[in-house]
Amino acid sequence: MRVNFTVNGRPQEADDVWEGESLLYVLRERMGLPGSKNACEQGECGSCTVRLDGVPVCSCLVAAGQAEGREIVTVEGLADYSKHRDGAHPGTGCSSSGCGTSLDAAKRWQSKPTDGRSGEAGDLSPIQQAFIDAGAVQCGFCTPGLLVAADELLEQNDSPSDADIREALSGNLCRCTGYEKILDAVRLAAARQEETV
Amino acid sequence: MGVTGSPTNIKQGSKTKGGIGESTLRPDGTLKVTGEFAYSSDMWHEDMLWGFTLRSTTAHAEIKSIDISEALATSGVYSVLTYDDLPTEVKNYGLEIQDTPVLAHGKVRHHGEPVALVAADHPETARRAAAKIKIEYVELPVITDEASATGPDALLIHEGRDDHHIGHVPHPNIVHRQPIFRGDADEAAKRADVIVTGDYYFGMQDQAFLGPESGLAVPTEDGGVDLYVATQWLHSDLRQIAPVLGLPEEKVRMTLSGVGGAFGGREDLSMQIHACLLALRTGKPVKIVYNRFESFFGHVHRHPAKLHYEHGATKDGKLTHMKCRIVLDGGAYASASPAVVGNASSLAVGPYVIEDVDIEALALYTNNPPCGAMRGFGAVQACFAYEAQMDKLAAKLDMDPVEFRQLNAMEQGTLLPTGQACDSPAPVAELLRLVKSRPLPPEQQWLSAGEDADVRALPGGLSNTTHGEGVVRGVGYAVGLKNVGFSEGFDDYSTARVRMEIINGEPVATVHTAMAEVGQGGVTVHAQIVRTELGVNQVTIHPADTQVGSAGSTSASRQTYMTGGAVKNTAEAVREKVLEIGRAKLGTYHPAWATAELLLEGGKVVTDGGEVLADLVDVLEDEAVDLELEWRHRPTVAFDLVTGQGDGHVQYSFAAHRAVVEVDTELGLVKVIELAVAQDVGKALNPLSVVGQIQGGTTQGLGVAVMEEIIVDPKTAKVRNPSFTDYLIPTILDTPTIPVDVLELADEHAPYGLRGIGEAPTLSSTPAVLAAIRNATGLELNRTPIRPEHLTAT
Repeated sequence: MRVNFTVNGRPQEADDVWEGESLLYVLRERMGLPGSKNACEQGECGSCTVRLDGVPVCSCLVAAGQAEGREIVTVEGLADYSKHRDGAHPGTGCSSSGCGTSLDAAKRWQSKPTDGRSGEAGDLSPIQQAFIDAGAVQCGFCTPGLLVAADELLEQNDSPSDADIREALSGNLCRCTGYEKILDAVRLAAARQEETV
Repeated sequence: MGVTGSPTNIKQGSKTKGGIGESTLRPDGTLKVTGEFAYSSDMWHEDMLWGFTLRSTTAHAEIKSIDISEALATSGVYSVLTYDDLPTEVKNYGLEIQDTPVLAHGKVRHHGEPVALVAADHPETARRAAAKIKIEYVELPVITDEASATGPDALLIHEGRDDHHIGHVPHPNIVHRQPIFRGDADEAAKRADVIVTGDYYFGMQDQAFLGPESGLAVPTEDGGVDLYVATQWLHSDLRQIAPVLGLPEEKVRMTLSGVGGAFGGREDLSMQIHACLLALRTGKPVKIVYNRFESFFGHVHRHPAKLHYEHGATKDGKLTHMKCRIVLDGGAYASASPAVVGNASSLAVGPYVIEDVDIEALALYTNNPPCGAMRGFGAVQACFAYEAQMDKLAAKLDMDPVEFRQLNAMEQGTLLPTGQACDSPAPVAELLRLVKSRPLPPEQQWLSAGEDADVRALPGGLSNTTHGEGVVRGVGYAVGLKNVGFSEGFDDYSTARVRMEIINGEPVATVHTAMAEVGQGGVTVHAQIVRTELGVNQVTIHPADTQVGSAGSTSASRQTYMTGGAVKNTAEAVREKVLEIGRAKLGTYHPAWATAELLLEGGKVVTDGGEVLADLVDVLEDEAVDLELEWRHRPTVAFDLVTGQGDGHVQYSFAAHRAVVEVDTELGLVKVIELAVAQDVGKALNPLSVVGQIQGGTTQGLGVAVMEEIIVDPKTAKVRNPSFTDYLIPTILDTPTIPVDVLELADEHAPYGLRGIGEAPTLSSTPAVLAAIRNATGLELNRTPIRPEHLTAT
């Protein structure tokens, strides 16, 4: 079947989608957007969290067909989404051909610190930058899902208590960090958000 | 370009930023938060096929027949492989003992063992085709414990064993056994005023890394294969893969792809050979990605252990002796079991002074899931038991449990049960003091808040199971001792290649190693080390692959010590070479070139007095300095197989925990309120990463204390809970605040004085939580994990 939807602000269509395919599979394997991660594919770990019409969902539990006509935001589109949070989301970044990790790109991967601090300078959303700054990224596999969930929390609640943060992120497993630095990151993003208001 | 080294042009040098000791941020951080970082499961290739592994549905059986015809005839299927299709006589692999079949032949020995492989154009096609493979099994009795493994009529898990351990074990179903005798435990026991014994059980824990086993194999024109995979040790994989494929090692080129955590679970091969076989057979790139269910069968777990301990002490609180027997269940294949036995026995006494010991540790072959490396590696199980014993002794002597430990704490110079002296700082008593002196979290906050009480702070949390009626608080302490690096005479080395050149008018260094970055932050510290040693701001970390010498494994807390050491050592050699070039080119401009101690700092050559002699740009011009060197730590020796004596370890690391818990005694629910930790790291190369590792390790210890266990049916040896629905790891709601104290007492034998960090916090976290629950409830509790029924006696 064919699925038409909007991904990170850009209209997309996926062809030859088998009825049993998950939204996660379509994003990763057909759209070339591997940012949403495949850790349990059972809705238990939150690594594949995306926003479906604004609502955070485990994309592994959404049948691709359910996304027909709807708007998806993945971690790849998070920076842009957060920039245009209050308006339309025109979308940039990844399209089915422009992004994702081709073997060629993966082969050439190098980490090149350009600012003496962290990797390539990027155009990041506040929560993305806070995760880097607070040391909340270790192996990073849980990070995309946590970012999408945390970004939504901060959208709903600009000064969450620790209990609020814990509740909002309780569906996202992380095995590396012990969560303390993830809490730090969300607090940091909230504080920075407050400063800019 | 002017010559800055001329005597008329001296200026102050600028300090290079981002060197060791600073909390520089991850170079891969931006890629990881934008979703662009390429994990092994993200690899994609045009015309790529998907591989799938068919696994045994039974734990012990003879295979009578395998019929693949229907699977092969499925539309979209390119290849189906079984044992008969393996291309060479080498059909097994293994870390130490080559006893693990690439695909089952004749027999299956555990639930979930790989039996056949399918390659198809869609993962679901591959899965469905695999389901059409017909296998006829003849069930065999299952061996699941010591009694069934070593009993008089026990079937042999591996008939005709001929590995080098077999001569030293009392039964072929014992993988390895290590006794350690020192002094005379029986004689010393006579001096004891109190003696305590205990039987403990440590459950089977899973690494539960989030990034599933996965990778992409691409056949190449020269008949070889390129493999992109998440692993902990590329060269160890290569050594095991190439012989099975019948290829020389240079035709199997391995590149590390993004690793989503490891914790020991990627030391053994999983899908590596399978993907290569399918790629070579079909002539197409083949990707394999395990789902979570399969991941639980695709890697080894932490050895479950039964431990019997006896300790004695005098009435003034001095330990007299210790006897113990540790039985580890290694499951169907050896994996790292021999080394785990070595650790469990040599670290069985913990960080205490006990001169008279009688220790035995062994690992069994059974039909349970294979067990091998996991963070803490044999020391975790022992720590759980000896720390429970310490509390028992303290209670019997009516002493404070921390003071009792401090009274017996080892220090620099203490002899371990192996007779080896600890020749670096051992701040055991101090670490305990640090966690004890922290203010306790406020008492029962939910109580003082009255009607505004937030039920989320109570055991049961969001489930709103209590308003505090049956909730009691407890505090517990523990401390642990872990070795760093590979022990027992292993030739442990790492290799680093460092290149320095001028690019776009800037000095740039490139570091190329085969180190697996699994999340621990090696890529961050390598750049920091090079900035420190070579004084350049721009450092590029080359992807890890087998085009450079081995880095050894990212395990045993060894990688910053070993590959960090190799990077330091090689960078120092590069610096010498650069200075040599400088002397030849510019030495006549300033006498300091010949007389002063020279450093590289801020892109310049400076004297130790801070005088600038030259810009690196002018020293190197278009020349590049490029060196690849191996680096080794001090040699160790194997433990004597009869007495256990020998200088077997390189370095030790120490951590202490204080746990504060609240327990709902009616429902058996535990809430860990705080888990404070103090650890000596020798030198914190990157304080931010150090704290992250300590908190992460602590959380894994908390997990096994209160929830994590792979449950294996004792009648069938089948795994009952291979999913994140049923195998529980701590969420952010289960994990408390983890305040960290870091000591930096340098080990003079290690690069920069550093100590391996990753594992120590996993040791003492578990017994501290258990001690706190015992303190809260008064129950004896001798197993992990603690479940509600253990607390409510239902």
